Amino acid sequence: MDWSDGIIAVVKQDCPTCVLVEPVLQQLSSGETPLTVYVQDHPSFPSNVSRVIDDCSLEHSYHLNIETVPTLIKIEAGCEVERAIGWVKEEWCELTGAETLGADLPDFRPGCGSLSVAPGMVEKLELRYGNVSFCSRRIVIAELEDDSEACFDRGWSDGLPVVPPTEERVYRMLKACRRDPAEILGAMPPDLVSCTVEKVAINAVMAGCKPEYFPVVLATVEAALDPAFGLHGLLATTFFSGPMVIVNGPVRESIGMNWKGNALGQGNRANATIGRALQLVVRNVGGGRPGGVDQATLGNPGKYTFCFAEDESTPWTTLAEQRGFTRDQSAVTVISADGVQPFVDQISREPEGLVRSMAASLRVVNNVKSAGAPDAIFVVSPEHGHVFDRAGWSKEQTTEALQRELQIPGEQLVRGAGGIPPGMSDSVKGMVLGKFRPEGLRLVRAGGEAGLFSAIIPGWPAIGEMGCDPVTKEVFV
Amino acid sequence: MSLTVLDPTGEKQAARRAWLDRPEKLEGLTIGILDISKTKGDIFLDRIDELLQQQGLKTKRYIKPTFTRPAPLELKQQIVRECDAVVEGLAD
Repeated sequence: MDWSDGIIAVVKQDCPTCVLVEPVLQQLSSGETPLTVYVQDHPSFPSNVSRVIDDCSLEHSYHLNIETVPTLIKIEAGCEVERAIGWVKEEWCELTGAETLGADLPDFRPGCGSLSVAPGMVEKLELRYGNVSFCSRRIVIAELEDDSEACFDRGWSDGLPVVPPTEERVYRMLKACRRDPAEILGAMPPDLVSCTVEKVAINAVMAGCKPEYFPVVLATVEAALDPAFGLHGLLATTFFSGPMVIVNGPVRESIGMNWKGNALGQGNRANATIGRALQLVVRNVGGGRPGGVDQATLGNPGKYTFCFAEDESTPWTTLAEQRGFTRDQSAVTVISADGVQPFVDQISREPEGLVRSMAASLRVVNNVKSAGAPDAIFVVSPEHGHVFDRAGWSKEQTTEALQRELQIPGEQLVRGAGGIPPGMSDSVKGMVLGKFRPEGLRLVRAGGEAGLFSAIIPGWPAIGEMGCDPVTKEVFV
Repeated sequence: MSLTVLDPTGEKQAARRAWLDRPEKLEGLTIGILDISKTKGDIFLDRIDELLQQQGLKTKRYIKPTFTRPAPLELKQQIVRECDAVVEGLAD
């Protein structure tokens, strides 16, 4: 914008300091140096000043980068050369060249916040007057159309209402990271469409994410796009599975995630919306939709959202530590997951017995006759965890003990054994098979203090190079 | 006042996808048969193969490394080079 030489004052009537300096502005208005007053709220203020410009749109305040009112600015040759913020009598005199100003006024009064930096206003003004552009198509929802229904009608919803992705909301989301909105994170299956940071932001808005969750959402999408995760098959399968997100590190606390009571349930915004954002990206960017490429026979409720944080207050190493990260790094791990299978043991007080009890419950994952796949997560609750902690058993030691208990004679697994028709071929007779592959059983800690209940979460049976392996990515806040 | 939102989709998908042109007749064509590596798919495709050959058609068989992922580009290109039409079979 062009500024004419002279003095600019930016004020609002709602500011007591601006009201205090009204006589000073009147005095300056009648001086030799031209004075232009921009007023943010009431164009009739200040009175008896010849050149007052209505800046209720805040356009001038935005371009002048005003944070406080009153602000006094000296313009020479079209450029700012000096600025005084608030009422500081000495500075105002120096800036204007006046010998005395506001003789009856105190020497100093702080100003008030400019309306241009009020919460939520900055993004509005940057969009309106700044240099912000989007790559995505703009879609106008008609005045008489319900915005929430319009999103359903366009097929953007997972079945629950979504937050309409307005430019302001998307822009706020994008500002929460330092990434170029046009950066491509990868080809999102099944349609293999380039998935940009901006598209993820739009879907994060719709999922209900706060901007501060966005770095976690980005890391989640990046992890899911890693070829090792095999997202294409996972989203298409007739099986129950979908992606589950486990968050580790300081970001859990920063954004208020839940790893305590009801950690796998509803009620925490970060847990709920981060998992949902990933699924909406799959749906909208990749085109993976139930009845289309997603051919799940039954699916599971976790396909709306499945995300929780690990309890890191225990003696056990965390999932992220096991996967090569340190405790002061934030990281997300994506893992294929079905529903939750309860594990109840209110009797075992020693780790040996508890492990046998856990192993017996793990035996039935998918079918008591299956071995070698899928992987499973065991979410160990605090009360069960205390049994291992008291005995000094580490996560690794406990996992090894469980795997030992899950070595099964082939005779028990063959077709027909135990009067159960399915099973493995007779060739496994005489062999001992692990229920899970060596790295396929992962323990994590979460849950409320009360309850001798833990959770088994099995995953997709297609594992390893031919299917889905967990992937962990660092969260860059 | 109307509300403007940003399109959350990939945008590259057309509203409707056009089918590839169907061959008018099969005589003289080479028919590819792609097994996606799903259990029992081979039983189904063996029968398809048999039926096509009974009609005097030439067939060629292909197998995807795993049903969990899209066919490798090389395999898709090989089928394009060697065949006029392809049957992709799934059984479970």
